[in-house]
Amino acid sequence: MIPDEYLQTFVVECRELLEQMEEALLIVEQAADDAEIINAIFRAAHTIKGSAGMFGIDPIVVFTHAAESVLDQVRSGDIAMCSVLAALFIEVHDHLNVLINHIAEGTQPTGETDVHGKSLVERLEAYLHPAVANQMEMPVVHQAKLEREESEAVGTDHWHISLRFGLDVFRNGMDPFSFVRCLSSLGNIVHLVTIIDAIPAADRMDPESCYLGFEISFSSDADKLAIESIFNFVRSDCLIRILPPRSKISGYQHLIQELPEEEMRLGEILVKCGTLTQKELEHVLRLQLEHVDNPQRPIGEVLVEQHLVRPPVVEAALEKQQQVKDHKKNEANLIRVDADKLDELITLVGELIIAGAGTNLIARRAKMADLIESTATLSRLVEEVRDSALALRMVPIGGTFSRFQRVVRNVSKELGKDIDLVISGADTELDKTVVEKIGDPLTHLVRNSIDHGIEAAELRIARGKPAKGTLKLNAYHDAGSIVIEVSDDGGGLNKEKILSKAIERGLVSEGANLSDKEIYSLIFEAGFSTADTVSNLSGRGVGMDVVRRNIQGLRGTIDLDSIEGQGSTVRIRLPLTLAIIDGFMVGVGNATFVIPLDMVVECIELRAWADDEGDGQYLNLRGEVLPYQRLRDHFDIEGDRVQRENVVVVRYGEHKAGLVVDKLMGEFQTVIKPLCKLFKGEKSIGGFTILGTGEVALIVDVLGLMQQVAGREVAVLG
Amino acid sequence: MANVNNKNQPSGRIAIVGELTIYTAMELKDKLLTGLSAAEELELDLSEVGEIDAAGLQLLVMIKREAAALGKDLHFTGHSQVVLELLDLSGLAGFFGDPLLIVRKPIDEGKSI
Repeated sequence: MIPDEYLQTFVVECRELLEQMEEALLIVEQAADDAEIINAIFRAAHTIKGSAGMFGIDPIVVFTHAAESVLDQVRSGDIAMCSVLAALFIEVHDHLNVLINHIAEGTQPTGETDVHGKSLVERLEAYLHPAVANQMEMPVVHQAKLEREESEAVGTDHWHISLRFGLDVFRNGMDPFSFVRCLSSLGNIVHLVTIIDAIPAADRMDPESCYLGFEISFSSDADKLAIESIFNFVRSDCLIRILPPRSKISGYQHLIQELPEEEMRLGEILVKCGTLTQKELEHVLRLQLEHVDNPQRPIGEVLVEQHLVRPPVVEAALEKQQQVKDHKKNEANLIRVDADKLDELITLVGELIIAGAGTNLIARRAKMADLIESTATLSRLVEEVRDSALALRMVPIGGTFSRFQRVVRNVSKELGKDIDLVISGADTELDKTVVEKIGDPLTHLVRNSIDHGIEAAELRIARGKPAKGTLKLNAYHDAGSIVIEVSDDGGGLNKEKILSKAIERGLVSEGANLSDKEIYSLIFEAGFSTADTVSNLSGRGVGMDVVRRNIQGLRGTIDLDSIEGQGSTVRIRLPLTLAIIDGFMVGVGNATFVIPLDMVVECIELRAWADDEGDGQYLNLRGEVLPYQRLRDHFDIEGDRVQRENVVVVRYGEHKAGLVVDKLMGEFQTVIKPLCKLFKGEKSIGGFTILGTGEVALIVDVLGLMQQVAGREVAVLG
Repeated sequence: MANVNNKNQPSGRIAIVGELTIYTAMELKDKLLTGLSAAEELELDLSEVGEIDAAGLQLLVMIKREAAALGKDLHFTGHSQVVLELLDLSGLAGFFGDPLLIVRKPIDEGKSI
């Protein structure tokens, strides 16, 4: 049985590969032939097949093999990529996804899934063998190109045959050499290299398994069919490649890429390919030794100079080596880390920050200049550690966004609408937990926009808009939070309709005077839908309230802008991270508060700006009306007002407000510690932190505070 | 071990008689590995090998590599005709590097070891 952790890695990798594959497929569907992208799809399929093979998950191997074979032909240009084929591959992708999910859950695929898989394989094979589509056996022999193209051909007059025997060849009562002898009956074996690279070390070697392979250069007048028929008996458990004489160079390049052996020395690869003989290679090696003044000279260069091989063949061999190296390098650059370990690291960094702040305070109190300086350096370093620790958890939102290409494609096809998805700000980074949780609400918003927002093409033309609708996903950083926008150029929201529906449902009393924003936010209420028809996508009246609840669960907010007839924009505002903040420390009486630094705009003296003695509720800030609130009043702190009160001007969302405090104590980095359930009802405090002195400072949740203040005002006014 | 001057001191010799094929591979593998672990230098007499196939050849490759990995000397000697033919066909004579006495029939053009 496979250990679970390996299987886990396999599943994770496959999912990543499938994501890449999907992305590439969607591009191919639109932009057709781009060799790079087709290569990417092929590589994904190839790697999945390879790792599935390693785990012996045969259903995936067999299925992927069919897909890979077709992709291989697409890659070599034998089959043209078209939107029909791309759509088929998208189905293949989905089926693979289902299979992988079964593996992840440890369940067996259902009969239905099997049938679906079989039908897909048949459709794929129809591409492979237009004539012999009924061949049941897996196509192991690839049709090498037979047509003589005008492009360069290698010099050899010989056939080239590559054989890799399966493990069970001996057990099936066959001897690989008997095929070689049989081959002699058809012509002359010019050269044969036995590939022994795959034979494992003594302790792991099963003497009854076959680990051999051959590279044969073969001169014969027989046709390909005759040569192939020799291998009929082993066809099912043997990798066979046959290249006709004077094959074009690309055929050899292809072969080099397909050979399973890694990091073979270039010369050996070429010898094995029959492009040059062992003698020629020895000659070259001797030549290279003579060039002692330039010992680093690549063997490929020498070969070309000696006119022994043509440059493209060398390039192909080099490319293979490079690929092997690049692959290794990539593997080394990525480390999979358990998320729990990261969390632990971040918690520790948090403690470090608190301890650092404590040392700093003590140093200042002791007034030791040296110590203060060294703690300053220390805290700068700790800050950097914090940033990189947090950056470990940060991922660009692009991955989530690009998933919507597929959603948009599917939904718009289903509804018969032509819609473009425009993505911007894909590099914007945010915490991984947030990224994971934002997927579902976003999907809902996107579907909603396509379904209700963007009109049918005829209606759009009638309204003077381009027939093709546009859906935009945008992300950017703003005031310590990340903003994600979903906007469409559709019909926008109909205010009257929303209002009448809300009245009908009893959400609003008739005659209530609501602002536009308030009306729009009604659609986030539970059980609210204005769709005239219920499609299978949306319109059942569940959704927007769930979206809002999800966003609020992430300490975020959601609001909506709309212009009737021109479209609407949903704006989600989320905190960047959930663990550490840069704070601004203030004092009121004996208590200390921390205000998130990202929200602080400036600090002013109250008396210098307030017209009165500072007893009103608004002050005139350079011509702007700024509402303010005394923290002393809000938190009912005892003691007299100090002489010089200060105002911390904060910005939250699109609003500004002033918080009046006694003392400004400066910047302070802090770890948010959650409050216990007892304080759950208190919206104006977001958490607390422990100061270096051991005192507790409360972290002000500006948004919550302002909502509380506004609520109290309404209560007072009412 | 006591006498360092005698290079050949703990040497062994195994003669493979009869088949060196898939039918004897399992048993021969153990025999060869045991023989190798007991000696510093091992000589494999192949003169009595009446039949050899790919599995046998594979076994020879394995033991040769194992010897190299342990830093021991391993020689194949007295190759019988069937062994010579297979080594010739497989092109692996160079890999084993033992002196061969090859009485070749007139060879085809272009054929090399």
